[in-house]
Amino acid sequence: MLTLQCPYCGVMADETELHAEGEAHIKRFGPGSSDEDFETYLFERKNPKGVHFERWRHTGGCGKFFHAARSTMTLEVYGTYPAQTLEPPKELIDAIKAKHPDWEGYK
Amino acid sequence: MSDVVSALRGAKYEGFCKVEEAGLVGMVTLRGDLASKTLAAAVKAATGADMPDICGILAGEKGKVAWMSPDELLLMVDHGAAEQVVSDLSEALSGEHALAVNVSDARAVFHVSGDGAREVVAKLSPADMAALEPGTLRRSRVAQVPAAFHMDEDGMIELVCFRSVATYVFGLLENAARPGSEVGYLT
Amino acid sequence: MSTRLAQGGRLIDRSKAMEFTFNGKRMTGYAGDTLAAALLGAGQTLVGRSFKYHRPRGILASGSEEPNALVHLGEGARFEPDQRVTTTELFDGLTCTSQNHWPSLEFDVGAINNKFSRFLTAGFYYKTFMFPRVAWEKLFEPIVRQSAGLGQVPKERDADRYEHFYAHVDVLVVGGGVAGLAAARSAASTGAKVLLIEQTNHWGGRAVVDGGEIDGMPVEGWVNKAVEELENMANVTIRTRIMGAGVYDHGYATGYERVADHTPGDGRPRHRLWRIRAKQIVTATGAIERPLSFAGNDIPGVMLAGALRDYIVNWGVSAGDRVVVVTNNDDAYRTALAVKAAGLNVPMILDARAEAGGPLADAAREAGIRVEAGKGIAKVHGGKKVTGVSVCAQAGEGASLEEIKCDAVAMSGGWSPVVHLWSHCGGKLIWDVEQAHFRPDPDRAPTSHDGAAFVVTAGSATGALSLADVMADAHAAGKVAGKAAGGKTSSKAAPEVAPETMQPIEPVWVMPQGAGPDKRMKMWLDFQNDVKVSDVQLAAREGYESVEHTKRYTTLGMANDQGKLSNINGLAILSDALSQEIPATGTTTFRPPYNPISFGAIAGEARGELFQPVRQTPMHAWHAEAGAYFEPVGHWYRPYCYPKSGETHEQAVNREVLNTRENLGLLDASTLGKLVVKGPDAGKFLDMMYTNMMSNLAVGKCRYGLMCSENGFLSDDGVVARIDEDTWLCHTTSGGADRIHAWMEDWLQCEWWDWNVYVANVTEQLAQVAVVGPNARKVLEKLNDQAGGGMDLSAEALPFMQWRDGKIGNFDARAYRISFSGELSYEIAVPASQGRAFWDALLDAGGEFGVMPYGTECLHIMRAEKGFIMIGDETDGTVIPQDLGLNWAISKKKEDFMGKRAQSRSHMTDPDRWKLVGLETLDGSVIPDGAYAVGEGVNANGQKNVIGRVTSTYYSPTLKKGIAMGLVKHGPDRMGEVIGFPTVDGSNTVVKAKIVSPVFYDPEGEKQNV
Repeated sequence: MLTLQCPYCGVMADETELHAEGEAHIKRFGPGSSDEDFETYLFERKNPKGVHFERWRHTGGCGKFFHAARSTMTLEVYGTYPAQTLEPPKELIDAIKAKHPDWEGYK
Repeated sequence: MSDVVSALRGAKYEGFCKVEEAGLVGMVTLRGDLASKTLAAAVKAATGADMPDICGILAGEKGKVAWMSPDELLLMVDHGAAEQVVSDLSEALSGEHALAVNVSDARAVFHVSGDGAREVVAKLSPADMAALEPGTLRRSRVAQVPAAFHMDEDGMIELVCFRSVATYVFGLLENAARPGSEVGYLT
Repeated sequence: MSTRLAQGGRLIDRSKAMEFTFNGKRMTGYAGDTLAAALLGAGQTLVGRSFKYHRPRGILASGSEEPNALVHLGEGARFEPDQRVTTTELFDGLTCTSQNHWPSLEFDVGAINNKFSRFLTAGFYYKTFMFPRVAWEKLFEPIVRQSAGLGQVPKERDADRYEHFYAHVDVLVVGGGVAGLAAARSAASTGAKVLLIEQTNHWGGRAVVDGGEIDGMPVEGWVNKAVEELENMANVTIRTRIMGAGVYDHGYATGYERVADHTPGDGRPRHRLWRIRAKQIVTATGAIERPLSFAGNDIPGVMLAGALRDYIVNWGVSAGDRVVVVTNNDDAYRTALAVKAAGLNVPMILDARAEAGGPLADAAREAGIRVEAGKGIAKVHGGKKVTGVSVCAQAGEGASLEEIKCDAVAMSGGWSPVVHLWSHCGGKLIWDVEQAHFRPDPDRAPTSHDGAAFVVTAGSATGALSLADVMADAHAAGKVAGKAAGGKTSSKAAPEVAPETMQPIEPVWVMPQGAGPDKRMKMWLDFQNDVKVSDVQLAAREGYESVEHTKRYTTLGMANDQGKLSNINGLAILSDALSQEIPATGTTTFRPPYNPISFGAIAGEARGELFQPVRQTPMHAWHAEAGAYFEPVGHWYRPYCYPKSGETHEQAVNREVLNTRENLGLLDASTLGKLVVKGPDAGKFLDMMYTNMMSNLAVGKCRYGLMCSENGFLSDDGVVARIDEDTWLCHTTSGGADRIHAWMEDWLQCEWWDWNVYVANVTEQLAQVAVVGPNARKVLEKLNDQAGGGMDLSAEALPFMQWRDGKIGNFDARAYRISFSGELSYEIAVPASQGRAFWDALLDAGGEFGVMPYGTECLHIMRAEKGFIMIGDETDGTVIPQDLGLNWAISKKKEDFMGKRAQSRSHMTDPDRWKLVGLETLDGSVIPDGAYAVGEGVNANGQKNVIGRVTSTYYSPTLKKGIAMGLVKHGPDRMGEVIGFPTVDGSNTVVKAKIVSPVFYDPEGEKQNV
């Protein structure tokens, strides 16, 4: 039973107030894209052992989608941040790298 | 117009707390730029209240205004005034991107009062009820449905849910307030 | 035989006698008794039969680790099996019966298994019941089911109620022994908000029984003082009867409160599940004593030494008059002294250690007890109760040196910290060689959302076994937790306890050390699942090297005590058999709950009418009063039909269809999703959401639209109305509103956050009624006439596929000229608060026009007669709009929309995809739901190839024959062909159907457009 802090309303939300929405920072490919790109967009998902970036929605709250960086192993949450971004904030990346020097980065 | 009714027509239950459907309450969802001065002025005109902080709820002479999300407010006014509030807001905000809709009838409102009112809700919601202070609106869930609630200065909890689940929510509150089920933890 | 002593029993009130029955026999106990204490006090040593061999079993322990003494408790609607007598509080009028025997506890036919125990070894079931497969169902399973299992399943609905309670604290302390009390005190001294929970109904735990002094006072005095102190602190709550059941991610813990188990039927909830969110959790869960493995260690009268002492001190109950004590550590000497102090006899202490020295051994000798070092028990004598023991040298093979008569044996194999809660969420263990137990490794604690440790152990749960160590450790643990939870540094002094001298334990896993097979077959490891030393050794010989595999093969630790007594002994035996150190074998996984908790507590309020939310429309009460037969649609309850007296559902549906087509029908369509979409970019946005164009819809008009997933599959449909320049209102399917709202928000928040669009879900703001049939306009105009005005509803003023706002009668209405039935139809939306009145007004005014409400089945039939698709019938998540002949609703002009790219994939454009057609049975019958059409040839499995399937199939009362829609390979090119749908009802018949247009009724659409 996770708790994640919603970056919009600041509420430390219980997992039952949230809805998991899959991997974060997926780039959409639409008409005209190659089969490979489109396949990646629709179906290719990471399943890392360790640092992972996810989308969540504060369904039982302000209703906003947000991103969370957490460890799939320890469930440590490195941070949450608004969804209106194409990549994680630099401070967050730096903080994760400081904790896990071997981490390969989010891409 | 005949027979304008709330979902449960003012149903009541007296357990170790009192649970009451509050009847029809005017409610307007306002989405827009909460930093806009025009919007703040329109909200003030409609309710008499200032703009609330994040997760805040403020009362004015004509109604209450609650922060729902970074681009959404809920205005609580007299039921009969809601349509006028919608059109006033729409007109005042015609120059900017905003949406005002009447949601009065999409909601049911319950009042839980008496010692242990916090406990009644704490049996149903994962929110920290000990930390609920007047002036804060907590959006959460009660059992399996969404709900928002706040507490007034007298310790009464006002809980808002969707109208279609009013019977379910009343049942939840009634069950949680039954005599003999006092927890004795949040009094 | 066990008995109640004339004196003693710190927890009982001898002035309050309580009557209870066991197997119908009346017995008496006292207030403060557990059922176990009361049974022993009443002389009931034999309390049940074992799981597999049906051996007689007695009470072994005094707490939740008890493996044997499970009973059927209560009767009727309060009957519950597998209740532990050691954790059941006695109350007046309690009734219980023993389990797992036939015909009686004293004489049990199943005990024949004991004679064949040589053949019923580990893996017996796997080895025996393999072939033939068919024998499983007919022979093996009924036999196994008959002879296995513990308690019986309750037959009546549970009479009690249950609830949840959410609590948020800084520090949760689990366990109300002296360690828990000390940890709570020191945690509270940091200013942290503390919740201390204790599973029994009293404070102090074992230390009160063991004796000693804390802060210069007897333990019991210190406990009382600490409890009083904690009760008076504003930042502390202390509660008994709550068991710490589980520890989960991010400081989540569950507490199982037995509110009214001891006061059944008093109106309070029986159990309450506390769902606690704690910043820090202190587990002061104590330690559990291990049995010793000697032959006959399961005979009633053999008891854990600590438990035997508990019964004397806490409840004034003796397990027997002559108690032989057998041990490998100092603690059991306390039992010998307690027995002696109670005026009973201890013929001998058998200490398996080579030397028996130290203050406790000296005290025993001073009390006149014979102490034999290096000795053990070769065998316990007795059947249904202990009659004596054979003494042997621990070092040998078990030759009897001496026979001693006794009626009880107190055994102690050492103490294992209760590490369950520590381990639930990933805390790791280390093997402590000196103390011969696994204990929490403080450097590998469970971690929380911030990556920091959130569980701290205190006292015996840490592995501290002397009172001085326990108190020092617990005090420190509370401070650490309080500080980590945000409290201040506290200078509160630790409780003072004088150190004591203890002689080290010597691990003994088999007694005697060289015991042969005959003895090992009588040494019980897991009393509840009947697993013996020989079974684990057999598993090792058969190649089960992993402890997790051995557990499953032998069922060691898999009973409802989860191996609290057996696991360490079992894995020590396994390690020995595998010739490896115990840490190399490791432990099995600890999973919550710590002890079984009731299903009622887990369900909480969610039963009966509160099992799940039922969404009701503003007209729900009318439907219910009218006798509607409801069907769930999402969480909504919608009338399926309104049967009249004597009517079947089918007859009612047919009547509703014909009446709507001929006269006037009313449908409560309030459940339809309604989303307002507004903003300068709303048109652009909706063009992305829908396959067809919405931006060019004229204000005042409606358009049917389709929504697809990015996979291209049809996801939802509905009518979109353009309200003004900036605003659209999108109807979704019933039950689709929340999903589509979330879908829109997803794209607006996460992909096109620079687009200026707001969406609001106004589904429940509006009650919507479909007014359908040739008389639809007449009834609405009558409402207007009655009110003296209202909106113009004529075909000219409000043409098909348009909408208007205004008054209808006295109601604030929005009227849509849309039709899902093919008839003249208005869908009228009014505020939900006016919904019921509007419905009543329509019924009232409609009398002269033949008004009848109709339900969802009538709606389905009418739409099928018109060939309209239904999301969920014609679609199943693999169907694209092109399959359904809906190409007309897919824009070719738009560069992009949800699903467009996907629909250009090769599989989506494959001409062999099954496509929608109408199906007309040749004999007028109705094709069975879900039927498949078969074609030529067979597939790789020898099954006939399929060429299509039915998606909707009904009897059409309008056309008086069976009609269906289905997806058929090359269907639209095969009009007029007849295909066969084999039935699966065993009749071996094939329903023949002709492929036709899916529009069966009024293909020109003349009726709806009048």
